[in-house]
Amino acid sequence: MGLIFSFFTVVALGVIVFIGVKAADMRYLFGVIIPYAAFFAFLIGIIYRILQWARVPVPFRIPTTAGQGKSFPWIKQNTIDNPFTSIGVIIRMTLEVLLFRSLFRNTRAELRDGPKLSYGSTKWLWLGGLAFHYAFLIILIRHLRFFLEPVPLPIEIVEALDGFFQVGAPVLYITNLIFLGAVTFLFLRRVVIPQVRYISLAADYFPLFLIGAIGVTGVLMRYFLKTDVVGIKELTMGLITFSPVIPQTIGTIFYIHLFLVSALFAYFPMSKLMHMAGVFLSPTRNLANNNRAVMHVNPWNYPVKAHTYDEYEDEFRNVMKEAGLPVEKE
Amino acid sequence: MYNAGKIIIGIIIFVGLVTFPFIFAGGKATAKPDPKIDTPEILKMPENERKCVESKSFMKKEHMQLLNDWRDWVVRDGNTIYTNAEGKTFNMSLQNTCMKCHSNKKKFCDECHNYTAVKPYCWDCHIAPKEKES
Amino acid sequence: MANPKPEELARIEYKPPKTGWMDTPAEIRKGMFCHAGKSKSLEYVGLPNPRQWTVMEEDWKLPENWQEIFIEGLRERVNKFRSFRLFLDICVRCGACADKCHFYIGGGDPKNMPVLRAELLRSVYRKYCTTSGKIMGKIAGARELTVDVLKEIWYYAYQCTECRRCSLFCPYGIDTAEITILARELLNLLGLNIDWIAGPVANCYRTGNHLGLQPHTIKDTFDMFADDLETFTGIRVNPTFNRKGAEILVVVPSGDFFADPGTYTTMGELLLFHELGLDYTWSTYASEGGDFGFFTSNEMAKRLHSKIYAEAKRLKVKWILGGECGHMWRVWHQYHNTWFGPMDFLEEPVSPITGTKFENAKSNKTVHICEFTSDLIKNGKLNLDKSRNDDLVVTFHDSCNTSRGMGFLEEPRYIINNVCNKFYEMPPNTIREQTFCCGSGSGLNASENMEIRLRGGLPRANAVKHVVQKYGVNMLSCICAIDRAALTASVDYWVPGTRVTGVHEMVGNALVMKGEKKRTTNLRGDPLPGMEGE
Repeated sequence: MGLIFSFFTVVALGVIVFIGVKAADMRYLFGVIIPYAAFFAFLIGIIYRILQWARVPVPFRIPTTAGQGKSFPWIKQNTIDNPFTSIGVIIRMTLEVLLFRSLFRNTRAELRDGPKLSYGSTKWLWLGGLAFHYAFLIILIRHLRFFLEPVPLPIEIVEALDGFFQVGAPVLYITNLIFLGAVTFLFLRRVVIPQVRYISLAADYFPLFLIGAIGVTGVLMRYFLKTDVVGIKELTMGLITFSPVIPQTIGTIFYIHLFLVSALFAYFPMSKLMHMAGVFLSPTRNLANNNRAVMHVNPWNYPVKAHTYDEYEDEFRNVMKEAGLPVEKE
Repeated sequence: MYNAGKIIIGIIIFVGLVTFPFIFAGGKATAKPDPKIDTPEILKMPENERKCVESKSFMKKEHMQLLNDWRDWVVRDGNTIYTNAEGKTFNMSLQNTCMKCHSNKKKFCDECHNYTAVKPYCWDCHIAPKEKES
Repeated sequence: MANPKPEELARIEYKPPKTGWMDTPAEIRKGMFCHAGKSKSLEYVGLPNPRQWTVMEEDWKLPENWQEIFIEGLRERVNKFRSFRLFLDICVRCGACADKCHFYIGGGDPKNMPVLRAELLRSVYRKYCTTSGKIMGKIAGARELTVDVLKEIWYYAYQCTECRRCSLFCPYGIDTAEITILARELLNLLGLNIDWIAGPVANCYRTGNHLGLQPHTIKDTFDMFADDLETFTGIRVNPTFNRKGAEILVVVPSGDFFADPGTYTTMGELLLFHELGLDYTWSTYASEGGDFGFFTSNEMAKRLHSKIYAEAKRLKVKWILGGECGHMWRVWHQYHNTWFGPMDFLEEPVSPITGTKFENAKSNKTVHICEFTSDLIKNGKLNLDKSRNDDLVVTFHDSCNTSRGMGFLEEPRYIINNVCNKFYEMPPNTIREQTFCCGSGSGLNASENMEIRLRGGLPRANAVKHVVQKYGVNMLSCICAIDRAALTASVDYWVPGTRVTGVHEMVGNALVMKGEKKRTTNLRGDPLPGMEGE
């Protein structure tokens, strides 16, 4: 149900723009108003969500320790997976955010007759996830050529590297292939692996379809349908400089692409995509494992009712005395 | 424990990254590219014959593909004559056909290419025309 | 109820049902759950909504406004625990955690995949605490909190041992233990505890230990230990209780006073302390390290653990030495200092024998006995005869809590390697930080839920079986009292013939003491290797 719903929602988004631009000529709406609105929803929404988390305290220091903790000098500590200091935490978080270290550990359990359980290393999800995120990032950086004038050298370099093989004209970007491949992989594993299909919600399929559709429309626009790139940059630079213009030479495919991106931006803060910000705040990863050496303060720590020693002794004084155990009151 | 300081720094970095293009532009309008087709060779032609090998709209979208095809046809297949949609024939040559009219690479090619950060690799092999600094 | 044969139990179907999980109500099945908590246990400690109720009955006698209580409780907690709120918000359902859970591996119930276990509660959170869930309902993964949903949350919150193995593999570190801990807190607001937790909680509160041992019984137990030890070694140990002014307060899980093989661990510790001439005391008031409150609510956990803190203060000891226990150490390491710190009435712990400062415990002033002992061995303070353990082929089970809540991996191994000659590791994906739960942690060590315990115990037991077949292992060592009880049942079923021991039992066997008689038996009274005829 979630799959079909998500698929048709994304199709509907495309159709809306197609009709809106082709039939009703609502270019200003799709080219200016919606992108602005989506951008601000994205910016404000993400900040709002982060602040929502930030308002909630971290009452306890609960890192998941993934290696030997700090002990005696003669026991080798795993300073990355079980950090004792902030520097260790920074390294752990960097590896987590940039290289998906936890996912790299992934294993696959298999039960054979016997019974015999075995656990093999499996890196496909890690590889697919990494490929997807990095391809997305590079594509995003490449797109800065439409938002910066003059285009700074680093962005030209990224672009040159991405088109390194100089296949076709316009030059084929390697990341486009990786991106579409990775999205397809992530989608297929969701559908093919029964367990993953079972846990998948509309909220999982929708962003996949949306991002996939953004990729497909982008590729169509660049390599097949082709449209006025100079006009597009005039439009984007108009947005960036708050003096919007709508060149009439831009094809509908661009508006579809832009609208889907706007939809992704607007959807981002209210979705699971917030893991982008959330991963930084995860208390099982971003805390040092030094609980016994440094006191962690819980702002809402409150006194609790306990069974005091006096109450205990009052109940058991006689048997304690008989057993020769010391007591406070005779 | 709230880590407010670190979170605020994080938010500032995020806002900085996302709004970077706006700050970079500083609200100032940027110049649009304005490719020039006023080379002496073009001006020499009578006005009704000032046509490229294909229509302007086709050239705008597909010139990169056309040039790519030309190269393949000439270098790999040995064909040298291109017949356009109207049946007119041209010698397939970047330097002798295209650049004959568009002798102003800087004011013609580079104008849009620079604007959209496109780096065609034509000039990796071909020698770029010498132009007088204008 | 008789359990099926191991071959039958190990025929596991991992394919999820055809109907979606929201449309598949939980089938509450005997053997998978623990009895309801008794009202007198709840009343004794003042937990809300105490009543007699039965799991298999349709009517759980919920308070009239149960829904309101649960949702209010949920709202309160997402504003108190960033972990909880974040983990409810950011899961992408990648499924990396699915086959990491021992209950899922051993049972195949899709709702035991950590991601889905969390979704059970997450769906309710979406419905009542997020805008999209309120508006979009099911399509946003939200659902109404009905009685069936509540029962489902209950059923699966008590099929999770809070072992954190899933958290290790999660790209965002989402920790199902946090979800389960808080789900149980919410269930406790409605009086929905289980007997095997509620009973021990009440006992701990009253008598100081979960077994309900009263002070004189503890003393008697130790007298029996001393008698046995005198028989085995010729040396009379004289432990003291509730003694003011001792240097060190020793607290171990009370299971080690009561049930074999835990008792042998205590006996080993008694020999060690005696040999060192340690100035220490036991406490009958703080006679439980294991914090059963931790399986109930954070408040209850603090209420029970405060005894150790209060007793250290009353007895004016310098620091605290903790025994071999899993979740007790999670609490001590990650919670105790936050609840009660700063511990300024104690002193930074220093080993009186070696002079080593326990730097990593300088604020909390609580030292793990394996830290203490490994330091002694490293400094050559113990005379150990490894050959006394030569009848043992040993492997080591890392407890979930000490490995993933502390990173306590090398210390016990160092000791084991110094007290026995034959030590073999289980496969790498089943030990250290990737260790599997015994299957009965977090208060699920009852008898009525034996099927789920055995299922959850399969991954661990199967790894034991591997080393039994490969190296002839016959002794599974561990540093946790629940392990000693639970693994005994689990290996009896899956790998019969294997026994379970605490690390300090082996220390006690190997320890050559001043003035001891020639030992002919180990601490279990079994003949030592080479002494079988004597």
